Amino acid sequence: MSYIKPKFEHPRAPKNALGYSRKEYEGSLSTLCAGCGHDSISAAIVDACFELSIEPHRVAKLSGIGCSSKTPAYFLNNSHGFNSVHGRMPSVATGANLANRDLVYLGVSGDGDSASIGFGQFAHVIRRNLNMTYIVMNNGCYGLTKGQDSATADHGSVSKAGSVNNFEGIDMCAIAIELGATFVAQSFSGDKNQLIPLIKAALSHSGFSLINVVSPCVTFNNNPGSTKSYDYVREHNEALSSLDFVPVKEEITTEYDEISVKMVEMHDGTFIKLNKLHQGFDPQDKLSIINALQVARQKDEILTGLLYLDTESVELNDLIGTVNKPLNSLTEKELCPGSEVLEKINAGLR
Amino acid sequence: MSSINDFVVRFANVNGTGSASANSLFAKSIFRMGVPVSAKNIFPSNIQGLPTWYEVRVSEKGYLGRKNGIDLMVSVNPQSLKKDIASVRPGGYFVYDSTKKLYEEFLRDDINFIGIPLMDICNKEFSDPRQKQLFKNIVYVGALAKLLDISFDEIEKLLSEQFKGKEKLVIPNVKALNLGGDYIAENFEYPLDFRVERRDLVKDWILIDGNAAAGLGAVYGGASVVSWYPITPSTSLVSSFEKYANKLRKDPETGKNNFSVVQSEDELSAIGMAIGANWNGARAFTATSGPGLSLMNEFLGLAYYSEIPVVLADVQRSGPSTGMPTRTQQSDLLMAAYASHGDTKHVLLIPSTPTECFEMMADAFDLAEQLQTPVLFMTDLDLGMNEHMCPPFKWDDSRKYNRGKVLNAEELEAAQDWGRYKDVDGDGIPYRTLPGTHPTKGAYFTRGSSHDEKAAYSEDSDTYVRIMNRLKKKLETAKTLVPGPEFYQENNESEIGVIFFGTSRYAAEEALDIMRADGLKIDAMRLKAFPFCKEVEDFIDAHKQVFVVEQNRDAQMRTLLINELEVNPKKLIRVLNFDGTPITADLIIQPISALNLQSI
Repeated sequence: MSYIKPKFEHPRAPKNALGYSRKEYEGSLSTLCAGCGHDSISAAIVDACFELSIEPHRVAKLSGIGCSSKTPAYFLNNSHGFNSVHGRMPSVATGANLANRDLVYLGVSGDGDSASIGFGQFAHVIRRNLNMTYIVMNNGCYGLTKGQDSATADHGSVSKAGSVNNFEGIDMCAIAIELGATFVAQSFSGDKNQLIPLIKAALSHSGFSLINVVSPCVTFNNNPGSTKSYDYVREHNEALSSLDFVPVKEEITTEYDEISVKMVEMHDGTFIKLNKLHQGFDPQDKLSIINALQVARQKDEILTGLLYLDTESVELNDLIGTVNKPLNSLTEKELCPGSEVLEKINAGLR
Repeated sequence: MSSINDFVVRFANVNGTGSASANSLFAKSIFRMGVPVSAKNIFPSNIQGLPTWYEVRVSEKGYLGRKNGIDLMVSVNPQSLKKDIASVRPGGYFVYDSTKKLYEEFLRDDINFIGIPLMDICNKEFSDPRQKQLFKNIVYVGALAKLLDISFDEIEKLLSEQFKGKEKLVIPNVKALNLGGDYIAENFEYPLDFRVERRDLVKDWILIDGNAAAGLGAVYGGASVVSWYPITPSTSLVSSFEKYANKLRKDPETGKNNFSVVQSEDELSAIGMAIGANWNGARAFTATSGPGLSLMNEFLGLAYYSEIPVVLADVQRSGPSTGMPTRTQQSDLLMAAYASHGDTKHVLLIPSTPTECFEMMADAFDLAEQLQTPVLFMTDLDLGMNEHMCPPFKWDDSRKYNRGKVLNAEELEAAQDWGRYKDVDGDGIPYRTLPGTHPTKGAYFTRGSSHDEKAAYSEDSDTYVRIMNRLKKKLETAKTLVPGPEFYQENNESEIGVIFFGTSRYAAEEALDIMRADGLKIDAMRLKAFPFCKEVEDFIDAHKQVFVVEQNRDAQMRTLLINELEVNPKKLIRVLNFDGTPITADLIIQPISALNLQSI
């Protein structure tokens, strides 16, 4: 872009617990198409990090290739970013996390990046329960190469050119739950009120958090007949629950009805207040959600909200017994066994 | 013809029958007698039931390369019997299991047959079926010890070391050993006309394979993250790292690991993780072989262009494609040097001994971080998976890791107008920052797309050209940091030169020795790294003919030399071996002698 975002900030702009204003969580000006769903998700990320009072420089934001993968440039300018190769963000995020387990890892990917070329890495990062938040900006098409169907395009969805997709679409949430993801949510880029608390909860979860966000491509996949258009998603969106993110328990003052409201404690001591909109569904019961997703598919509904959460999650570094101290902070003292030990090794080889 | 400490023994076994440990017991007992020995496994890409060979060369002169001509064959595999009998040199010996009679038509009258009823002996002495199988191997070791005058004491000592803590196992092993020895004593004349005599030629040297040494080198070099995908022949390099790290890298307070090893889903992911970890300031590496390196190309391009250090060990095997997975070759050189699309060039380190594997693997992390680029450690199956006699490992305790140009919070605070890709020092190497260092300074966007000095996306041609030229300059700086070649003479003495590298050194040194004894003076240079420093070009310039010895079909090192240096290709003569077995001295002597005869 040829122009720069204004640096002006209102002097009375609200500050968070760290004394930062929202501006300090913003990124560069987006170069995506006007009205792109991805920009709404970027804005939700900014809001979530601001409200959670995360230090921006303690976040590492990573992506692959595609429209969605450009977005880390549009939020958190004070964070290190890594725009890797197509479909390979999970491996880079894994290595980065192994090197320093103390940072917050936020991965952003698209449906091409995660469901096609990167499907393998997507599956395996879930299996390993890497401690990261993984947002799929899912528009069912390849925007950057002018709108070809992606692997998440629904069977029967009609493209802008009028062709009907004959292949089965991959349900990112269903597959993630099947692979053992410990936090799975689905949302819609047009529903900021639902998305922001979901991102906050995901960032507070210790382990792998997936948020699959249906994010319409205004240029190539917003036509009648498309199942990823703004109109279609608004009509078929079925929220399972609404969610409030509660930073600390002390803030829960009001009485709540235990049948329709569930308080879930997160790994870091924060809470999620889950307002159940559907009875018979519990996000801590895997079977209930697998069933709900199948039923929704038959009814052409898009279930949104927090779908699954395992609060007993053990993340990768703990699974493999790594020290708590970040590995990138170790020095010769911890790393190098020294010459005396080496002499003993030599002796054993004679 | 009698010869002391100069012969080749080959074992023909069925893989998966426990022969490997018996065979290495044989080799090590000779090593313990102070006599130089080298052993090579020639094995199939299979776990059980196929022919496998183990070749031991004993050499008073310390020649550790492979040699053609088998003096003694130990045959315990009926599948390869015919071929094995045919491979013994005239006058040599064929030791076999005489429980079953040999086919008449396989017999040769120009070699000596020594039949030992291995199966019968074991059936009689041992009741457990697995023991019957395993001790057959020890019985033939005992027989060989008698035939070749190897010290039974040394073997027994090795057995007690091997079964330390399981002393019960020593007794039947020693029994089997003596059964073999006694059978020879009762039925044959011994020792043979070639045999082992105790010497003091091994000094303080050690016996280890290159992969084990490289894994240990990575521990000493400070690697803390390892990501890998299993592939022969590199697997044991990572196993070695894990083994040593589990012993030497535990946090004393918590017992937790000061390292992490992740077995990835494929090689794409393995290199991606190593790059992610290095980007975040941990020393990380991956290990693979040709097929894996093919897959890693894309990521190597990213690491080159976005300037992320990473160490990759490539234990080369015979290609192309799946090729011969368990046979050696040096055929990944060109792909490694220029891995990935676009204009790229990478730093290669080429060790030739386990000692160098240890040193270069440790150094690779310094180099990668100094240069902020991939460093490929190029070894091969012969070096990686066979035990080699080599000088002991050394470590200087005052050594500090060279972490390269990484700015900490104070330095960032003081820095004026920092830019991730600015060439501040004129050496082509910029200053990098690690995530989480400073609240408001030093954050940047790492990307494989074209970028300017401040890491911002740019499609401006001038900017692109500037960055690409700086990367070229950085590789010029690399020439001053990588290890220079080893020369075998103080001053050039000949018009003929020979260039070799990696495991060809063993055969090449032997060839040079033999040719010098014949009055043929040849200058020699062993390459240790790429990009080539000036001395390499000078050496070629100083000679009329230069033989380039390598273990691939297409003379890849020769191509690299021609591509990188201003030298006349006609001067560079190919000396090639690519049949999957390690090169022999004969193969090097033949073309050089032929040329020399012509010039006379």
